[in-house]
Formats: sequence, C-alpha cells, structure tokens
Amino acid sequence: MATAVAADAGHVDEHHYTATGLDNRKLAIWAFIGSECLFFASLISTYLVYKGKSLVGPYPHAESQCMLHGEMQACEAIFEIPLVTFGTAVLLFSSFFVVLALYGAQKGNRRMLLGWLSATVLCGLFFVGMQVYEFYHFLHKGLGYTTNLFGSTFYTLTGFHGSHVTLGVIWLITMLVLALRGKLPPEKSLNLELAALYWHFVDVVWIVIFPVVYLMR
Amino acid sequence: MDAHAAHGHAEDHAHPTPGLYLRIAIILFVLTALEVAAFEVGRNAGAPLHALIEPIVVEILLVLSAAKFALVAMFYMHLKQDSKIFTNFFVWPLVIAAGVILALIILHEYWIKTTF
Amino acid sequence: MATSVLEREAPAVHHAHPKTGLWSWITTVDHKRIGILYGATAFIFFLMGGIEALIMRAQLMGPNGTLVDPDTFNALFTMHGTTMIFLGVMPLSAMFFNYFIPLQIGARDVVFPRLNAFSYWVFLLGGLFINFSFIVGAPPDGGWFGYANLTSNRVMSATAAAPSPGMNIDFWVIGLQILGIASIAAALNFFVTIVNLRAPGMKMLRMPMFTWMSFIVQVLLLLAFPVITVALVFLMMDRNFGTSFFLPDGGGDPILWQHLFWIFGHPEVYILILPAFGIASEILPVFSRKPLFGYTAMVFSGAFIAFVGFGVWSHHMFATGMGPWADTFFSLATMVIAIPTGVKIFNWIGTIWGGSIRLTSAMLFALGMVGLFIIGGLSGVMHSSPPADLQQTDTYFIVAHFHYVLFGGSIFGLTAGAYYWWPKMFGRMLDEKLGKAHFWLMFIGMNLTFFPMHFLGLNGMPRRVYTYPEGLGFELWNMVETAGAFILAFSFLIFIINILKTWRGKADAPADPWHGATLEWSIPSPPQEFNFPTLPQVGSSVPQWDAWRAAGGKLPEPARINGDHIHMPNPSYWPLMAAIGVFLTLGSLMFVRELPGKWFYITIASALWLFFSVYKWAFEPPH
Repeated sequence: MATAVAADAGHVDEHHYTATGLDNRKLAIWAFIGSECLFFASLISTYLVYKGKSLVGPYPHAESQCMLHGEMQACEAIFEIPLVTFGTAVLLFSSFFVVLALYGAQKGNRRMLLGWLSATVLCGLFFVGMQVYEFYHFLHKGLGYTTNLFGSTFYTLTGFHGSHVTLGVIWLITMLVLALRGKLPPEKSLNLELAALYWHFVDVVWIVIFPVVYLMR
Repeated sequence: MDAHAAHGHAEDHAHPTPGLYLRIAIILFVLTALEVAAFEVGRNAGAPLHALIEPIVVEILLVLSAAKFALVAMFYMHLKQDSKIFTNFFVWPLVIAAGVILALIILHEYWIKTTF
Repeated sequence: MATSVLEREAPAVHHAHPKTGLWSWITTVDHKRIGILYGATAFIFFLMGGIEALIMRAQLMGPNGTLVDPDTFNALFTMHGTTMIFLGVMPLSAMFFNYFIPLQIGARDVVFPRLNAFSYWVFLLGGLFINFSFIVGAPPDGGWFGYANLTSNRVMSATAAAPSPGMNIDFWVIGLQILGIASIAAALNFFVTIVNLRAPGMKMLRMPMFTWMSFIVQVLLLLAFPVITVALVFLMMDRNFGTSFFLPDGGGDPILWQHLFWIFGHPEVYILILPAFGIASEILPVFSRKPLFGYTAMVFSGAFIAFVGFGVWSHHMFATGMGPWADTFFSLATMVIAIPTGVKIFNWIGTIWGGSIRLTSAMLFALGMVGLFIIGGLSGVMHSSPPADLQQTDTYFIVAHFHYVLFGGSIFGLTAGAYYWWPKMFGRMLDEKLGKAHFWLMFIGMNLTFFPMHFLGLNGMPRRVYTYPEGLGFELWNMVETAGAFILAFSFLIFIINILKTWRGKADAPADPWHGATLEWSIPSPPQEFNFPTLPQVGSSVPQWDAWRAAGGKLPEPARINGDHIHMPNPSYWPLMAAIGVFLTLGSLMFVRELPGKWFYITIASALWLFFSVYKWAFEPPH
C-alpha cells in the first residue's frame, strides 16, 4: 500500500536521496568499467585468435627472416622482457601510490595526498614513455603496424591500453591541480576516488596483457 | 540492490590502512617476479625445474595474473569492503568477457583443425 | 565516456532560465524535452528508412525491375537496415527511456542530465553524418552487417577490383562509431538512474515492467557496444592504414568480423525488442484491469534472455561451416532462449485472460505486437536448427522472420507506446477512430508485406538481390508484398494526420486517462519540469492503483503547482559543444586517405576542442 511507508516521507532529503545510498558517479564509473571489460576482451581475443597466424616475421618470441631496411634478413624476436617488466612494476606501484593518495585525501592529509598523487602521475608518465620507446624500438626491429597480424593486433591492443593510460594521467593531473589549489578536501575525495578506480582498472587490464601478450609463447 | 545495500558503506568495515596497501604491493611485486620467472624457466631448456614448469607455463601465468587481478580489485579498488553492487557491476561483465575470449579461441582453433 | 563521472550532482538554480524558443531546446537538460527531441528526430529517420523500403518494394514489384540499378539497391537495403536499427527503433526506444524511466521510478530527472543532452546531440550528428553520404553520392552499400570483405578497399587479386574503394563504407564505419558513443553514454545514464533514483519504497522488484526491460536493455548496450566498436576500429584500420584484420591476403580471417559483429549483433536484437516487451507489459494490464500476470517470472525471463543472449551469436553464422560441435552448442542455446520468451508470451496471455478488456488503439497495437511476435518467434525457432537454417539462410524466409519480430514486435510495441503515452507527453488525446484505422491498416499491410516472404524464401528467392527473372513463380507474392508495403506506408500517413489533427485541439488530457497503474499517471499531463512536487512513496508495483484504492476509487485531478522552490539542473550548451567535438574528431578520420599527412591536424584540433568542451562542462559553475 502506498500509505504504508508514507510515514517516512518527512525523512527523505530530496536533494541527496539515492535509492541505494551510493553515489551516482561511483556507480557510473563502475558501470563504465564493466563496459570497458568487453572492449578489452574483444581486443585481447583478437590478439589470441591471430596468435601464431602471421604470414611473415618478425615474431614475438622467435627469430625469423623478415624485411628490414628494405631487404630480407635475420630478425631477432621482438619482445624484450626486462624493459616491459620494469614498466609493469612501475604501473603496479602507481596503483599502490594512488590508494595512498586517496587515503591522504580522505584523512585530510595534504602532504600525503600531494606526494603520492605526484608519484602516481610520474609513474603513469613513465609507463607511457616506456610504451612510446617500446613502439619506436620495435619499429626499428622490423615490426611495423601493417607488417603482419602480430604487429597489427599487438599495436592496436597495447595502443588502446596506452591511450587509456594517457587519459588516466590527464585525469590524475587534473586532480593534482585541484589538490594543489586546495580544492580536494576530504568531503570531495570522491573526485579522486573515481579517477583512482579508473586508474586501477587500467592497471588490471595490464595485469592481463602482460602475461597473455608478453609471456605466453 | 536496495536500501539494505547501503550497509556496504566503508564505515561498516575495518578501513584498510597504508600498511595493508603496502603488503598488497609487495605481494603483487612478488607475483610479477614469479610470472617472469615462470616465463624464463619455461624458455631455457637448461634452467632448473624446466621439465616440470615448461608444460604448464600458460596455466601458471593465468593463475598468477588472476591472483594479481583479484588483489587489485579487492583491496585497491575496495571491492572487498564496498557495496556488493559494485562487485556485481564488475564481475558479471568479466564473466561475459571471459566467455567471449574463450569461445572465440575455441571456435577459431576448432575451425582450423577441422578445415585443414 | 570517462567524462561522465565528472558530472556533478544536479546543480541548483535560483534564477529563471528561458522556457521557450530555440535556445531553450539547444541548451535543455530536461529529460522530457530530450525525450521529445529523440522521438521527433527518430521519427524522421524512421520515415526515411521507410521510403528506402518503399523504393525497394517498387523495384521488386515485378520481374526484371528497372527502377533502380543494382548498386543503388545495395545502398537502399544497407541504409534501410542501418537506419531502422540505429536511427529508428533504438532512438524511438530512447525517447520512451528518456521520458518515462524518470517518471515511472518517481525521479525528477536522470542522474546526469547534461550527459543525457550529450547523448542526444551525438546521436543526431551521427545520424546526419551517415545520411550525408547520400548527398555526396557515396551511401554505404555493404549491408547493415558489413560483412568482410565486402567492405574492403584493397585489391586482392590481379583479376578482381577492390570490393568497396569509395567512401561509402567509411561513412558507415565512422557513423556507427559516433552513434555507439551516444548509445553507451545514454546507457550509463539510464542504468545508474534506474539503480539509484528509484523513489523511496520502490524496490527493484516493484519497478514497472517497462523500466525493468529498459534496465536490461541498458546492460546489453553497455556490454555489446564495446565489441562492435572494436570491430569497427579494426575495419577502419584495414581501410585506412593497410592492416589485414579481416583480409585473407595478409593472414586475416573474414569470419572474425562476423563473430565480433554478431557478439554485438545478437544482444542488439534484444536491445531492439525488449523495450517493446516492456511497453506491452504496461499496456496489457491497464486495459485488462488486471495486474501483470507473473511479474517476477517476467523480470527473470527478461534477465535470462539478456544473459543467454550473449551465448547464441553464432546461430547467425551456421552457413560459415563452424563444425558440428559449435553448431550443436549454438543451436541448443538458441532453442533454450525460446523458453523465457515463451514464458513472457504465456504471461501476457495470462494477464488479459478473464480481464475486462478495453480495445483502445494502444491495446490493439499491444495485442498485435504479441500475436505478430509469436509468428516471428516461431520462425526463429525454425532456423535455430542448422540444417533448416542452411536451407533458409540468405533467403526471404529470414527477411520474413526478422520483420515479424522487428516490425511486428518492436514497431507495433513502440506504436502502442506512442498511443498509450501520447496524452502524458503532450497533454492531448489522440483520435481513437483514426488510431484504430491506423492499427487495422498497419496490421493488414504488415501481414501482406511480410507473410508471403516466407513462401518466397522457401521457394528459393534470395535476399539482397535487386531483381528476379520471370517464370520462377515469384511474381504473384512480390506484387502482394509491394501492395502491402504501400498500405503500411498509408497507415503511417493516418498516424501523422492524427497527430496534426489533434495538435490543433485543446490540451486538456487528464492526468490519468487510462486508469494507469504506474507513477507517471499520478502527475499532470504534460508533467511540470520537476515532475513530482515531492518524491512519491511506493509500496507496490502498482502505486497508482494503490492510490485509487486508498482514495475509494476517486482520485482528484493533480494540481499544477508553482515549483520555483524546487532545484532543477541548469541548462548548458557544453553537451552540444562536446558532441560537436566527438563528431569532428571521428569525422576527421574520413580524410585519412583523401588528405594524407594533413588529416591528422584536423583530428588533433577536433580532439582539443572535445577536451576543452569536456573541461568546460566538468567545471561549469553550478549556479
């Protein structure tokens, strides 16, 4: 009956009421992350379906004869694990740093917030730089975007991940600027939490990409 | 997904501390090192335990990466203490995403094997 | 769009903003106005798609038709399908999502009103973009499914030309990506709105069935559209940058396109039909004066359809030869999904069974939807069997099937919704006599057009072929179909006359002309900007019937109040600016091959504009 719960009517704060008690924007970023799962799933499955189907070299883990500097010659394997492992570790630690920044924001600890958020941004920038260097390096080892299916699927997958990282860095820098101006007090820490959730998601996508793309032979 | 879900608020649970976050970071680092180690052992015929590891490198990598994924999602993304609604928003799409990846691999491998 | 999360809570406003005029529509963030914009735009696109169909039917009226050439015919069926799906049925559904989800759950607006405006503007620009292809003489012509490698611009052998070297497919690829952004942004918005803005007391299992089915549609949109986005990106790379994702000469597999397309495409058919299911589930109880039979079963069968809907896509691909195991799996999954659909049909019949039925126009359309959908559903079960499918695929039998579910299902359902909710949206009753004439003509025209396609298909008439020779026995039924198509078109003319005629009449529709069950009928027609003076309290899935009962069968007409004290979100033009940014950024990719080396500057400039707009939007002062 409509009247049965009407006694509560006076208690509803209409401007802050939500049915679940949860924040709209936090629900939205989680729903968006759910949607992105399918985006990366499509990219990853394409990479895996085409794994080993390249008609010509170079290959990710094996030497080959490939076209380099205009002539067929011996090409080394493309992947170099140490560099990407270092980048992976940096991205993982950036996830650690951003939870500390969020912790600082929630507790009103400005030094913690600014310090760890700056560290996160630096890590993000380093990761993007690592990826740009890697692309450039691979290009010089003979793997162009259209060289073979490996090149197309690899650059598309990691390129989309990299552009997500870049957007995340821009978002985090925006938060950093807000924090520097004192516009990220504890009651507005949710703004940082949303950016942090997106950042962690970008990190977990890399947690999948790193073993599946780089380490599986 | 109703009013009772509001109980999922962070205040109701022990709030994670920087100490916990650090422990998770160390575990993540170790698991990543194990991943690379599994890769290297699987690659070098002369490495210790090669014969044991080599056939199951893919399985090891999948388990380790799933563990890392779960740790970040549960602790850094706070799914463990936050409302179950968020977990549902993430896990159901993940189930469908995993199904899509698996199905596409099977469909393509099978197609190749039965056609040629 | 990641930007959505920067949206603040609805900012408060104390100064009056303009309520009329063009500028008020451009800057509106009111879900009701955006709903009307969606409806008006989509109806125009729908008429364009209908005209494309009529030209095709005129061409096929007799054997050896010469009205259009084969290339034009390709463009016509491609644009007919693309338009009806992405620019007709989906945005017509979005009109009802926009207008009625907040009203049905007792909310003042959606959670992100500016994101909502953004979705509409992106949709409008995307629709104009695809149709602009007609003006430059390069309409998409690879089918609405765009199968690889019909869409390739690469020459693959010395003897054959490239299948599609022009800009035709580029319009399709980029237009669909623009529309995809609109769909995902809108889906995020409605999804969170339904989760979080339900009025106090409205538990999930008390939501009206239209809201429930809409909720499931948003989930499907969120999970299906990323897949087509990726597939379109691959295709764009193949065409613009020389990759071989779908091209065998570089090792690619054209079948992968079909998989990715149908992983999106099958959930898409539920995106198209579930809103109509929801509308029928609103109308049948109201005009039978009985609550919906098996409410919970309806909800869970809808959710089950959505979930299993992600596991049946390959039944569109039996003809590609996937082998017995894959065929068996997808065939069984497809048969399984018929069960929850059957549950729904059973429950609709259970709802009207023994009710005191009022055959209004809305009710007739809803009943028509149930009946016609059953026919389409049954032929669907027929081609869930691979051997039968191999006989039927690529023939008119398939065309008959999906028009029974999409025209008989979706369009009848949406038209039912239009008659049902028209008084609420515009404060005017539609003429019932003209409405019933519309129904009967549409019902007869629909069956004349699409039923004979079953016969033609089983007799071997292929789809997508621009003409047929005489003497194959196709003449009679093609003539009947063309006559039916023009009857259909005429029925929509009656609908338009109905609108124009009643528009001139008085806006005197009562708040609750049908004795409705849900919250939208508790407020004046049309609703005031803030919808509800105070947030309603809900105690069941039929709150308005509860109110009737509590009031002893007589409810006073709700009064219009002065709502100046109610904070509503500010109007904003940044959503439109951001939409233009999306449009230009993606649109600039049209020039990759035309302006090599230079297109990049256009893209960068457009992306910067997009960023600028998003920041202006995110940091827009709330007051």
